[in-house]
Amino acid sequence: MSQPNDISFQNISFQYPQGDEWALKDVSFHIEENEWVAIIGHNGSGKSTIAKLMNGLLTPQSGRIHIKGLEVNEENIWEVRKKVGMVFQNPDNQFVGTTVIDDIAFGLENHGVQRDEMLKRMKYSLEAVKMEGYENHEPHNLSGGQKQRVAIASVLAIEPDIIILDEATAMLDPIGRNSIMETVDHVRSERDVSVVTITHDLNEVLFADRVIVMNDGEVWKEGTPREIFNLHKELGEIGLDTPFVTQLSNSLKSEGIVLNQEPLTHKELMDELWTFYSRT
Amino acid sequence: MSNSVIIGQYVPGQSLVHRLDPRLKMIMVFLFIIFIFLANSWMSYLVLTLFALLSVVTTRIAPSFVIKGLKPVWFLIIFTFILHLIVTKEGDILFSIWNFDVYSGALWKGLEISLRFFLLILMTTLLTLTTTPISITDAIESLFQPLKRIRFPVHELALMMSISLRFIPTLMQETDKISKAQASRGVDFRTGTIKERLKAVVPLLVPLFVSAFKRAEELAMAMEARGYKGGEGRTKFRELKLKPMDVWIFILFIIVLITFWILRT
Repeated sequence: MSQPNDISFQNISFQYPQGDEWALKDVSFHIEENEWVAIIGHNGSGKSTIAKLMNGLLTPQSGRIHIKGLEVNEENIWEVRKKVGMVFQNPDNQFVGTTVIDDIAFGLENHGVQRDEMLKRMKYSLEAVKMEGYENHEPHNLSGGQKQRVAIASVLAIEPDIIILDEATAMLDPIGRNSIMETVDHVRSERDVSVVTITHDLNEVLFADRVIVMNDGEVWKEGTPREIFNLHKELGEIGLDTPFVTQLSNSLKSEGIVLNQEPLTHKELMDELWTFYSRT
Repeated sequence: MSNSVIIGQYVPGQSLVHRLDPRLKMIMVFLFIIFIFLANSWMSYLVLTLFALLSVVTTRIAPSFVIKGLKPVWFLIIFTFILHLIVTKEGDILFSIWNFDVYSGALWKGLEISLRFFLLILMTTLLTLTTTPISITDAIESLFQPLKRIRFPVHELALMMSISLRFIPTLMQETDKISKAQASRGVDFRTGTIKERLKAVVPLLVPLFVSAFKRAEELAMAMEARGYKGGEGRTKFRELKLKPMDVWIFILFIIVLITFWILRT
């Protein structure tokens, strides 16, 4: 087993106690250091199960999971949870403290961090998510996006090697969504951290270095966002939509208008279109 | 409903009473309540009343707020007073209304009990007016620390309290949402007999409970993911430290109590 991997799944199979089908069937993959990987798939494809396996909230029936070379098992579970920070879907149901600062303190208290150190970490993690000045705000006075940013700050304060966003933007409006993605992007530019985003919003996938597509508990495809979106037809077959930009360029293609390169973002699309226009 | 999310009756402020260590405040209120019931001369009552009024002034909270806090108990105070006038038959007859004699002993007893009630509620109201619920939780956790030895789950109790406080506004917002959703489906909360109105609450409570349980489950998962494993080996961010001012105020309080004890008969 090569050690530098941040996360490695080896032949993982998992079944929920009450379920009769396997949620994951012999799944193996690696996530490298400082990589941003998006795991996508339709509901019930096993993508959320992967997230919960990564920090020992669930235990697989067979196979091994290593986090930073450390096997996830009963013995190492608290060490693993120090390395893996998770942000969940519902902004309200993961806010433990009565105020922003208390919520960040909760994780630090759990890991036995001393008070002086806590204050330092609180300051920089709030700065990292641009929530300075909100220290004493109560959760019901914050928007969903702000609450999720606090959740990210709480995770950052633990100084994890890996941050998992388990559908963290699913309950937010488009503005909140963008702010979360920008926050994560910003955080990644400042420190070494791997990010795993679990999502079915394909616009989020564009931020990732690599995409793992899950289907029926198996890894269906791995590749860069561009490679994955080129498979638009097959994606449709397993119940995933392609983003608007990809759809448009495909429609253009079927009309016989061929662009130089498959665009991914609005800007790329615009550039392609105007350069195409000046070429003809 | 969604706007009234202030929990308890805390009035923000920077007064001496606000800044007093919550543990000391609780101990002082507790001692004060015991001493109220030990008072037996009008001088001793005077000392307690003066101390209570001094505390009210020191908080710099508008008296109207304090009186509002006492609202639910005014009835009780007046009721016990009248009850004493009717029932107690001691001392001399002061005057009579329609063949009914009012005794001097009854008047004194009635005043005494009403005053005790008043002081008791006044001091506890001051405590909640000047202390945030979370500070009270911290104080309880700290004061109950010795009970850990007899395996009393102090940390768990404090955590339960703070999580409840955290979720009260959330659940209130949710209640508001559900009641609107049900009202839009034709549930009538406002009219009808009491029985009908009670029945209308059922479609409000059921979804509220379902979602509360779901929240609890997700919260437990989030807490575990963030490394929560019980009180063992946990550090604390909110720490309570006695300031010199706290000690001085406490000494003053003890002096008041000693004066009180001397003035007892």
